[in-house]
Amino acid sequence: MQGQQEPWDTIIRPKRGWFDIDFKELIRYWDLAVLLVKRNFTVLYKQTILGPAWVVIQPLMTTLVFTVVFGGIAGLPTDGMPSFLFYMGGNILWGYFSSCLSETSRTFISNRGLFGKVYFPRLVMPISVSLSKLINFLVQFVIFSLFLVYFALKPGSPVHPNFAMIAFTPLLLIQTAVLGMGFGIIISSLTTKYRDLNMLVGFGVHLWMYATPVAYSSSLLVDKHPELIGLYMINPMTPVIEYFRSAYLGVENISLHYMPLSVAVTLVVMVLGLLLFSRVEKTFMDTV
Amino acid sequence: MSDRILEIDGVSKRYRLGSIGGGTLHGDLTSWFARVRGKEDPNRKIGASPRPGPNATFMALDDVSLAADRGDALAILGRNGAGKSTLLKLISRITAPTAGEIRIRGRVASLLEIGTGFHQELSGRENIYLNGAILGMSRAEITSKIGEIIEFSEIEQFIDTPVKRYSSGMYVKLAFAVAAHLDPDVLICDEVLAVGDLTFQQKCLGKMSDVARGGRTVLYVSHNMRTVNQLCTRAAYLEHGKLLYDGTVSRAIDLYAGSGVRTVDRNLDRMKRAKLQGLLIRMLAMRILGSETMEYQMDDTMEFEVKFRSDAQESRLRLRLMLRNNSSSPVAMTQTDTFEVKPGDTPTLRVRFPLTSIAPGEYGIKLALIGGDPRGRSMHYDLIEDVGHFIITDDPSRTEGFLWQEPSWGNFRLSRLEMEIR
Repeated sequence: MQGQQEPWDTIIRPKRGWFDIDFKELIRYWDLAVLLVKRNFTVLYKQTILGPAWVVIQPLMTTLVFTVVFGGIAGLPTDGMPSFLFYMGGNILWGYFSSCLSETSRTFISNRGLFGKVYFPRLVMPISVSLSKLINFLVQFVIFSLFLVYFALKPGSPVHPNFAMIAFTPLLLIQTAVLGMGFGIIISSLTTKYRDLNMLVGFGVHLWMYATPVAYSSSLLVDKHPELIGLYMINPMTPVIEYFRSAYLGVENISLHYMPLSVAVTLVVMVLGLLLFSRVEKTFMDTV
Repeated sequence: MSDRILEIDGVSKRYRLGSIGGGTLHGDLTSWFARVRGKEDPNRKIGASPRPGPNATFMALDDVSLAADRGDALAILGRNGAGKSTLLKLISRITAPTAGEIRIRGRVASLLEIGTGFHQELSGRENIYLNGAILGMSRAEITSKIGEIIEFSEIEQFIDTPVKRYSSGMYVKLAFAVAAHLDPDVLICDEVLAVGDLTFQQKCLGKMSDVARGGRTVLYVSHNMRTVNQLCTRAAYLEHGKLLYDGTVSRAIDLYAGSGVRTVDRNLDRMKRAKLQGLLIRMLAMRILGSETMEYQMDDTMEFEVKFRSDAQESRLRLRLMLRNNSSSPVAMTQTDTFEVKPGDTPTLRVRFPLTSIAPGEYGIKLALIGGDPRGRSMHYDLIEDVGHFIITDDPSRTEGFLWQEPSWGNFRLSRLEMEIR
């Protein structure tokens, strides 16, 4: 019998080293991620009257408020674009990012019960959250496209979608998801020890939105404080949002030059997130 | 076919006692900053040593080595806190060991809790998919087995109803049905059979022994010795995180049964109790007579002495004895006649407790000193929750071959039915 012993499938050791994520195993659990996405979607709108319509209502209302407050009352310039379309574009993409971030930042805390009883790659949870949020985004995106077509076909419209840039939308979405999830899992890993961060996430994301050109255009800053532009562009979401608007509305924007920086920051955040996550996931049950 | 499927090699798990870390980011940052500057940690408790001492940790498992082959049904026995659950948690990868290594061949399915990940709003069918995937099945696998699972669960007609409308029994049935169809190489069960009705329990046990007979490995933790006996082929016994025995089921059960507080001499004075009436009358000691092990046969009589001290006048004092069964549910109460004590008395009470009508099993004793007036009001002078344990051994020869079925028959053995055939 000695000779025909197969190798061990699983070896459980004390946590050691920094990077210890089994991607093959993660792929094996793809079905679970899909089922969790399905669960999130069915469960969220159970016992609501409007159901999935809420996915669309939320960004539409926010956009409307932005249009009235920032566009109408404050009179902020929107790069010459119809302000409704301008705000909606920023809103839905920011919404995708911020919902990814805040949901995944609770990964360990809100799944404590489940994680304490059964093993599966913990990363499945944040991934399924990002996928759920992607569905929401896509629904919103369809509505956005309808408005886009309407505004673009108006005679004398300033809206000129740049199709070459639009082709990169999937990559842009991946970047947004990775950023949101990256920050989210960093926070979730730290919150297993420091609960303070949980408090920060709620209003932190809100403040972050104002540091990102969602309700205004970065050209505003370029005009008024050109010396701050380098600092401003460290925010990886700025080029992402403005790329999205440039692609679909066809507006020239300075942020696009900072896209490589944004991608670099995204990669750093992702690697850092995975490092922390893999460090924490094995023993967080002892500290949570 | 006897190849190794699981090897646990010198595994330890250490927990830090007390609070973990500073608890706040600010606290840890200030501590760290002070360390960097070579100053004293501002968050350290005054007088505490700079490094937490070795007694600030707790070894939940201490150098445990164990192995299981294909087809083994291995029971893990031990008192609460012996490390059984920690061991299962390590094998099922919920947390990582502090030292040592666990090697596994094939898929592990752990049922540390039944119905993990069930969502209240989803239907039975949707939950089968979700739960199955959480336990590690692929969607295709679940689809191919869903008919069997539904049939096993016995709740076909409710399968498309949200599980929040299920009774707890139905819930458990569905959950076990999913788990039972996992076809894992190692199945880990922690007391999951404590729920559900008896027929279903038997069905689950049957399924589990099928799993073991089908060349898979079962690890089973339970305080229910009957199911351990029925299911397992081997047993390991843990005490205070150390593996004390690995071998036959009957020997391990003996060790387990012998590990309760069954000393015949108990100092009651030091034991924790509620502050009742300022403890004017207080039990000091208890001594069991005529038994070294506190193991009794059915219908035996337990004899013991209780010594107590009185600082009060009480003309209607009684000693009350209450029994708890293995799952800590109250079982029965009996008490002495009333007697009188005066301040300064230190009497010793000798009690005979006939064990007739108490069914085989392990019981905990709770003792109380009660004063009562003729109108039925009573007053607790002293009450000790867990004075000790005793065992009434099951002896099929006295019951014409029946082993006592505690889950369905309870803790009372009533006198024989009288009958007449016409």
